[in-house]
Amino acid sequence: MLRRIGEEPSLKETKKPMKEVSFPAPFKEGLEFSSPARGTWNIVHTGMLIPQSHQIFVCAQGCLRGVVLTAAEMNAMGRYSSVAIREENVLEGNMEEFMIDGITDVLKKLSYKPKAVLVFISCQHFFLAYDQDMVFRELRKRFPDISFTDCYMIPTLRKSGLTPDQKMRIQLYSLLSPKEKRKDKINLIGSNLPISKSCELFRIVKAAGANLQMINWCKTYEEYLDMAQASLNLYYEPLAKMAAEDLKQRLGQEAFYLPFVYQEDRIENAYEKLSQKLGIQKPDFKEEKASAKKALKEAYQVIGNTPIAVDYTFTFRILSFVRMLLEHGFFVREIFADMFLPEEKEDFLWIKEHYPEMVISPTSRPQMRFLVEKSEEKVLAIGQKAAYFTGTDYFVNVVESGGLYGFDGIFQIANQMKEAFCHKKDRKILIQRKGYGCESCI
Amino acid sequence: MKQVAGLISTYSSDEFGICSALYELGGMVVMHDASGCNSTYTTHDEPRWYDMESMIYISAISEMEAIMGDDDKLIHDVIETAQQMKPKFIALVGAPIPYMIGTDLKAIAAVIEEETGIPSFGLEANGMNGYLSGISMAFDAIVDRFCKKEVLKSTQTKVNILGATPLDFSLNGSIDSIRRWIKNIGMQTGACFAMGSSLEELSKAGKAQVNLVISYGAMEIAKKMEEEFDIPYVVGVPVGKLFAATVEHCLKESLETGKSQVVCQKYKADIRSEKKAAIIGESVYATSLAGEIEQQYGISCEVLCPLETEEMILRSMDKQTPEEDDLMEALEGMDIVIADPLYKPLCPKKASFYPLGHIAFSGRIYENKIPDLIDREFEETGGLR
Repeated sequence: MLRRIGEEPSLKETKKPMKEVSFPAPFKEGLEFSSPARGTWNIVHTGMLIPQSHQIFVCAQGCLRGVVLTAAEMNAMGRYSSVAIREENVLEGNMEEFMIDGITDVLKKLSYKPKAVLVFISCQHFFLAYDQDMVFRELRKRFPDISFTDCYMIPTLRKSGLTPDQKMRIQLYSLLSPKEKRKDKINLIGSNLPISKSCELFRIVKAAGANLQMINWCKTYEEYLDMAQASLNLYYEPLAKMAAEDLKQRLGQEAFYLPFVYQEDRIENAYEKLSQKLGIQKPDFKEEKASAKKALKEAYQVIGNTPIAVDYTFTFRILSFVRMLLEHGFFVREIFADMFLPEEKEDFLWIKEHYPEMVISPTSRPQMRFLVEKSEEKVLAIGQKAAYFTGTDYFVNVVESGGLYGFDGIFQIANQMKEAFCHKKDRKILIQRKGYGCESCI
Repeated sequence: MKQVAGLISTYSSDEFGICSALYELGGMVVMHDASGCNSTYTTHDEPRWYDMESMIYISAISEMEAIMGDDDKLIHDVIETAQQMKPKFIALVGAPIPYMIGTDLKAIAAVIEEETGIPSFGLEANGMNGYLSGISMAFDAIVDRFCKKEVLKSTQTKVNILGATPLDFSLNGSIDSIRRWIKNIGMQTGACFAMGSSLEELSKAGKAQVNLVISYGAMEIAKKMEEEFDIPYVVGVPVGKLFAATVEHCLKESLETGKSQVVCQKYKADIRSEKKAAIIGESVYATSLAGEIEQQYGISCEVLCPLETEEMILRSMDKQTPEEDDLMEALEGMDIVIADPLYKPLCPKKASFYPLGHIAFSGRIYENKIPDLIDREFEETGGLR
């Protein structure tokens, strides 16, 4: 339990009922609080998906601190190095030379030869207007056997055009170069977590005579490069849109968006469109649909009207997910979210109309530091931040949709809800681990 | 090459040193940076984050605010939050981007103080220096703004502890052990900068007769309090039994003479082994540990200090090794290496490596394995595991 220091703060009007919330930004911007829930991935975790690659961050000490310990906690220090920017590098304007020499020194020191190197630059580079092309040209000249790509840790620029997460997803596939296309290969791109292998998508892809590939399953750099053979890139994570478009332009791979929705008709619709795209008849998913429905019903029988809290880190489409729960009788009392995706508008309006009193809470407003629940009431949380703020040990420990898509995804989530409701988890340990699904020494 | 870490971790930076030093004092600390620094600090450098409330926030500066030099937004956001949170003070902390665009945090703090009536100060960190300089800036601000010169000296012998943060001492009970040790040598703990003492207690630091400096981050305020409050300081951590006894002796001597001293320059080494050990770490703690090992085990120790320090703290054989390459060179020929586990890749093959976790280097990874070595035989603690 949190120990109080100092005077009681005023916490009025931090949380809002749905009826008073505006879309897509329910809360105004200001100072930000960072909750201890850490399961979402960062750029280090994502970059490590490229097999046999090495990461080199060129940043200030304070910025390096978070990334080096991300690598250390995922037992990947052997694939990480850094070059620290100091005051003199900012003042002397020798960034290009400094980077080239620093990266060269790192690569000479390594006990292995990486196939690819991800060079991460920071906000400082943008303010210094350094010559990136020159740096990479020289690095490629010095190390012709290594593929280099530029990656970005630029939180200051998060509101200017592409966000760092969007850029990371583009750069993740930037080392792919054109290859002869094969109809029997289809990629699913842009997700940190691999899709569950029992998902219906596999049946659709198989019916089209193809195999589904993800970067998450590539064991070697060559397998990664072979992703360029796919004729089609599927993506269901909204952040991957620009990556899909980049691949379309560079490699001629077609892009197909599968919205991460939880309504039966919308899932069917997405599958129908994909089947059409692949030129096949949509397989019959009656059984999968029935299983999902049954699992939800069984979960409701166990959970009943226990209050449920959901947070935005659980899934890309939180409002679609909450709507699905509400339509199946669950009592969703609170949503933790700082922002909604534009494509969630229809679900937002539906919830607002039917559940105007549902509470919407921010996760990063400063007052939230003091709004960690301490009550004894049993709450089921779905997502780590919801677990933290509601103070419950009964929670579904999944982030970023967990690779749980379609009817199969609903089936698995319903089962996880049931299991979470019946068995406590070690909240403090689990939610503080970085990069859900990655190796962790914490 | 300078500034390259091919194999090892990176120490915590000045921004986070400030946050750590001010954490328990009831103030509102605002890092003026984009989002990211806040989670880095609270995840890796702040073991109190989950269980102890503290108002550490980030301004979440964006590119346009930086380019346009929009200080008004920062001022507005800080005032708005301060009015709700009622902090005892407000500290604005610099970071790389404010440093590059020349944000005047001291002036902004003055505006905020005038508007809110809450003591406010700007601390010019830039994320490009080590955590010890941040601790130093933070403690300096506390002494300047809150410590009263006119307090009466305590009738009992009071010792202030200077330099306590989890970055150097974790939450393994070391600071409580130092308090207990002070009691056992017949003295009282005055203020502890800054774990386990309130801002009010710190404001009365002038009551003490002597300061005990346990981290280099507190060196500046020790000198300031010597000059302004006439309090001598003793630099050393009472690790082990023999070195603790030396620290005790120095404290008592400084009480009598009013002169400051560095304990690691005072003990007599009793070298009985041909082995050579290297200790990598913060200078005050590492030299204290070296003192205990040389007296207790007779093994010659060389301190390799990758962090800010000064000559008076290091002994003649010790070295400042700010770069990975310096360390690799200095470790050649060593038989024993005592260091944070994330230094292990630099350990020569023939040397024995004794891991000694340091939160300022490896964050929370080895947090539960850091032994409390204060005033006890190392064997009692299970040794250096």
